[in-house]
Amino acid sequence: MSDRLRGKMPEKGWKELPIRGLIIEPGNSVNYETGSWRALRPIINLEKCPHCMFCWLFCPDGSIIVKNSQVTGVDLRYCKGCGICAVECPRQVITMVEEAEVAKETNVW
Amino acid sequence: MVVEAKTRINLREISNKEDKLAPGHRLCLGCAEGIVVRQVLHAIDYPVVVCSPTGCLEICTGLFPYTAWRVPWVHSAFENAASTIAGVEAAYRALKRRGKIEDRVIKFVVFAGDGATYDIGLQWLSGALERGHTFLYICLNNEAYMNTGIQRSSATLKWTWTTTTPVGKVIPGKKESRKDMTAIIAAHNIPYVAQAAPHAWRDLMTKVRKAIAVDGPSFINILCPCVRGWRYNSKDTIAISKLAADTCVWPLYEVDHGIWRLNYKPSPQRPLTDWFLSQGRFSHLVAPDNANLVIELQQCIDQEWAKLEKLCQCFAD
Ligand SMILES: Cc1ncc(C[n+]2csc(CCOP(=O)(O)OP(=O)(O)O)c2C)c(N)n1
Ligand code: SF4
Ligand code: SF4
Repeated sequence: MSDRLRGKMPEKGWKELPIRGLIIEPGNSVNYETGSWRALRPIINLEKCPHCMFCWLFCPDGSIIVKNSQVTGVDLRYCKGCGICAVECPRQVITMVEEAEVAKETNVW
Repeated sequence: MVVEAKTRINLREISNKEDKLAPGHRLCLGCAEGIVVRQVLHAIDYPVVVCSPTGCLEICTGLFPYTAWRVPWVHSAFENAASTIAGVEAAYRALKRRGKIEDRVIKFVVFAGDGATYDIGLQWLSGALERGHTFLYICLNNEAYMNTGIQRSSATLKWTWTTTTPVGKVIPGKKESRKDMTAIIAAHNIPYVAQAAPHAWRDLMTKVRKAIAVDGPSFINILCPCVRGWRYNSKDTIAISKLAADTCVWPLYEVDHGIWRLNYKPSPQRPLTDWFLSQGRFSHLVAPDNANLVIELQQCIDQEWAKLEKLCQCFAD
């Protein structure tokens, strides 16, 4: 399995695992970055955003970053690129861009 | 309907709170289950204990060695989530009575699929409701057994394509009608029962707050559009949720201490063909050959809606 698919958890043998396979660290799924699934990237024009919070509310992955009641961006570590935010944004200030296009522009693949 | 002050929801305020469901879960992109769970948990201002039977939510949020839950979470078997949470709630009450655990307000919540609720877990749920445990049971209703590959459930609408009700030359999809689970639960005479959908977020979150405020069991049946099983583009989840309410396929209503109340009346009501056009699982129904099936289904939906309206009128002031 590639590192990308495995996530960041070190592999452990059964003797090192917690008894009964309990998962004892709350929310440790943050170590598994689902952003690698994404084909389309949401770009928010923050200058035109009145912070209605609908994108935050309708994101299945809790990937809209909010600080002091203001939307400040998208957490690309987890955003899967579903595109719901772009459809639901009442101001239509979110555009979905092909990751391949972003890669071409930034030369990062 | 006037919303009471204590149930008013301010999005800017709650958006500063940490999600109780962490990202990194593996629900499909655009899955409504993630949206609904976030809305429900953001509506609850108390510590919660959650139980999920197997299904998409449980699998995708609990893939060993990861968990997406930042609250205590129990995975039950497929059929017994209601009994499991009832046991947790009863244990907590017993420990409190004996002074062995801190006395504070904790809310007990189940998130279960429609397969787990309508079919395999119905008897267990019915028992827990009748015994009167204080817990909120949320049905994440995506109208089929999605996790194992889109098999029909008793929540699936008649003439829908699923992998166990394939569309062929002789039979055009599921032959049986869906069951009215919300009414079945209401017949248990528990304090609070409702139907909701994620596009109507304020309605949904207000219902959650009402549900957790009661003494005794409460139940909310929430429509969860499923990208894979319903065959649509992931970006349309919320739009499809709204279409369900506008076509009266999924009426939004509540039964609050026995009083039936309609929460949304589409005007105008959109034709069922709009519903069928929006999803690939209905593509055969759009064919001219099957026009008679569409007429049949429209009659069913209209009849269900008329019944609900009449029932609610009985309780109107
Ligand atoms: C007793 C039992 N039977 C069958 C299964 C296999 N199984 C796992 S998830 C699932 C489907 C769940 O469907 P539903 O409750 O509708 O939830 P969804 O996945 O659609 O959210 C099934 C049949 C099981 N785990 N236990
Ligand atoms: S939905 Fe649009 S306007 Fe509303 S907070 Fe998000 S980006 Fe801003
Ligand atoms: S199959 Fe459907 S319900 Fe299951 S995770 Fe995917 S979109 Fe969600």
